[in-house]
Amino acid sequence: MSLNNIFDIAGSGMTAQSVRLNTTASNIANASSAASNTDDVYRARKPIFAAIQHEAAREHDMPHTNGMSEHASHGVHVHQIVESEAEYDMRYEPNHPLADEKGYVIYPNVNVVEEMADMLSASRGYQTNVDVMDAAKTMMQRVLTLGQ
Amino acid sequence: MAISFDKALGIHEDALELRVKRAELMANNLVNADTPGYKARDIDFKAVLAEQANSLDNKLKMTATASGHISNQQDSFEADVQYRIPHQPSLDGNTVEYQKELAEFSKNVLDYQASFQFLNSKFKGLTKALKGE
Repeated sequence: MSLNNIFDIAGSGMTAQSVRLNTTASNIANASSAASNTDDVYRARKPIFAAIQHEAAREHDMPHTNGMSEHASHGVHVHQIVESEAEYDMRYEPNHPLADEKGYVIYPNVNVVEEMADMLSASRGYQTNVDVMDAAKTMMQRVLTLGQ
Repeated sequence: MAISFDKALGIHEDALELRVKRAELMANNLVNADTPGYKARDIDFKAVLAEQANSLDNKLKMTATASGHISNQQDSFEADVQYRIPHQPSLDGNTVEYQKELAEFSKNVLDYQASFQFLNSKFKGLTKALKGE
């Protein structure tokens, strides 16, 4: 029985989604961390997900066309976390202590609305994984009652 | 007279195993719903089960005399995993349709319970026969 695999898969999904939630939290928390130059300012962080491939596929360098179940992906992981390339938010605030000689303060390239949407998506994903795990648990408990 | 479990349990044993494998595939699809370029997969349950039932009936196995020989019998449904065709493909190349996948997963869990019920009653029947009730 490979029901155990489902626990691993759902677990990897929960880990990945919580990393995503972490980056979102960090982005929102730093949304108004001002700086006086572009080197110091906070940049929005985005995780990039990638499917975990089964080890066997890598070892034998098998083509993807056959034996897909054994070489199927086995959950998800955060491949890398990239910094956003979006434009910084330049605001004219001459009285701000961090203002440059022209009176501008640089705010991070965090789009709060986008982050909120990302947060919803991450928490929905997390919930689904919990549901999947719960279903797998029920299935396993069923097997234990076989013949009773 | 020996009891053959294969004959007594029939198709339900294979069906249960197949349901577990399918649940695994669905879980994989759901978990990769946000992975760029991921292609959703599924199995054609009917085709695989028919194949399994067929191989139970006529076991025409070829003799393998060297280690390099390939068996003509398919042990599992591995080659039958197919890619889903999305109704609305997304820009990042991901073909997972969340709602559909979730529905299929729940349906699969119910089907699993049905298969389990059948298998369980087979066992109950065997026990009854042994006890002579």
